[in-house]
Amino acid sequence: MSKHRDMRGQALEAAAGNGLIDRRALLGRGIALAGAMGAGIGPSSAAAGAEPLAQPLADPSWSLEFGDRTSPYQMRSKFEAKVVRTLSNPKNEFRNSHSRTPHHQLEGTTTPNGLHFTINHGGIPEIDPDQHRLVIHGLVKRPLEFTLETLSRYPMVSRTTFVECGGNSAPMFSPEPLQETVQALHGLASCAEWTGVRLSTLLEETGIDPRATWFIAEGADSPHLSRSVPMKKALDDAMIALYQNGERLMPGNGYPMRLLLPGYEGNMNVKFLRRIKLVEQPALSMYEARTYSPILPSGKAYRFYFLQEVKSFITYPSHGHALKGPGLYEISGIAYSGTGPIEKVMVSADGGQSWAQAALQEPVLSKAFTRFRLPWRWNGGPATLLSRAWDQSGNVQPTRAEFVAARGELTKPPPVLGFLNQHYNSITSWGVASNGEVKHVYA
Amino acid sequence: MFTRNGAIATASLWLVLTGGVSLAETPNLGRPIDEAAIAAWDISILPDGTGLPKGSGAPAQGAPIYAEKCAACHGDNGKGGEAAALVSDRQLAGISAAQKTIKNFWPYSTTIFDFIRRAMPFQMPRSLSDDEVYALTAYILAENKLIGATDTMDAQTLPKVKMPNRDNFIIRFPDRI
Repeated sequence: MSKHRDMRGQALEAAAGNGLIDRRALLGRGIALAGAMGAGIGPSSAAAGAEPLAQPLADPSWSLEFGDRTSPYQMRSKFEAKVVRTLSNPKNEFRNSHSRTPHHQLEGTTTPNGLHFTINHGGIPEIDPDQHRLVIHGLVKRPLEFTLETLSRYPMVSRTTFVECGGNSAPMFSPEPLQETVQALHGLASCAEWTGVRLSTLLEETGIDPRATWFIAEGADSPHLSRSVPMKKALDDAMIALYQNGERLMPGNGYPMRLLLPGYEGNMNVKFLRRIKLVEQPALSMYEARTYSPILPSGKAYRFYFLQEVKSFITYPSHGHALKGPGLYEISGIAYSGTGPIEKVMVSADGGQSWAQAALQEPVLSKAFTRFRLPWRWNGGPATLLSRAWDQSGNVQPTRAEFVAARGELTKPPPVLGFLNQHYNSITSWGVASNGEVKHVYA
Repeated sequence: MFTRNGAIATASLWLVLTGGVSLAETPNLGRPIDEAAIAAWDISILPDGTGLPKGSGAPAQGAPIYAEKCAACHGDNGKGGEAAALVSDRQLAGISAAQKTIKNFWPYSTTIFDFIRRAMPFQMPRSLSDDEVYALTAYILAENKLIGATDTMDAQTLPKVKMPNRDNFIIRFPDRI
């Protein structure tokens, strides 16, 4: 090994304790990583030399026959059939239904449409797009009715943004860490490119009575789900979304149109949107008066939380993964903030004693999933992996101690599918045991 | 022209406030509709009672409707079943949402009327008459001892019901409103 590589390897060692390697090693330079491997782990080690040689290569059957037909709407490989959402109500009983995104089986920042999380309170309505209507009325100069066809002729904007249920991560209020995957813990958040018409564009046509300070959005689903939203958001970045990752919305995500409020609590992003009424005061509908008003340790409760605050979690390695022996791994995770773009993500492999800055995958978009990555050389010993995110507005993900002090903790472990709490954005920690198993821990 | 976001926002606000049929270049494909034509959909109710319909109902009228259409899920006399209890004396203790009851948490009585009218019964929403919704609301309020056993609920009396937890909330981010 040359002196140059040695020096480079030494420099890359220094990121943080327990094997975290400088993020600059991720710049696609294998030679730098080779330098960073150090003694005893790399391919030149005695252990690597003891591996039996690979078998001679032969042509498999699929290389020797004509392949399958092409379908009009292609589906993924049958070998990926295990990458699915988990369902809270698979028999569609008369209650709400959640489906959770399998973050631990995905990469990048875009949630495929078939894996986007959903929560529906009265099943999924089968809406004929030609008969669907959106009306805007109340404190406007002239009420207007729109169809999907007419809305489709308006100037469009595309916006990549996450949607997160206000109750996502509720199991993290447990007094002891639940042994559940990142899908079960944080699967009620997903990220897509949404395309549609700005609400402000439509309000220019209806006109706004100056007395209007809120609008009420209502869905065409059977519970006629209804939420109140400040006019501030209507005139900022609210959108009537018609497309999800380039195609029309998925039925469970609000087909044929939904309200999109980037960075705000998922439940407010009213699906199957059919009515917007401008009003002088919020309606205090059940979901705002009761469900998404989290109780504080003082006995008081927050109202109008709205914001999904800065958050991150490691998706690989995480609970359910098993590391197959010491060596070089890439820690990978998701960070996002309802306030704006992510500024930085710090990662620890020693339970928070030392931290290294992760690489952020470009582009870093406002109110969107940001993928972070960091090389890590696991030495085979116990490790505790944490991530902590900052957004560009200066907000930082609270430590668990800070969060519990402010928001409290349940007295006993909740059912993992229960929504006993809302708006958790503290740190998630994964404990790697010597056998490579990954447990959920509180660090 | 304008380069700053604030200037653009101010300009567009001016347009919508003064224009109606705006000067901005939009397709103008919205079809005018009057409030009478929207009436069947307009079920929004505000905490001060704005939007409450005509009609009325008393607890005694609500009891048989409850037994027929609600008890299967919410239990006899609102004590809870597969769906949440609607009648309870439980005190709020701890931070679990499972602690929340109408009596100890819901800040406005209008929310009860609103949710029954828009979403209940779960299998047949919008099937109750306004009188029936008033009667069920009155029944639930009376069983919780939040109104008298013979108090009739209508557009005037319902918003005046004082819910015990009304003043126990903190606006999380006031600058976003």
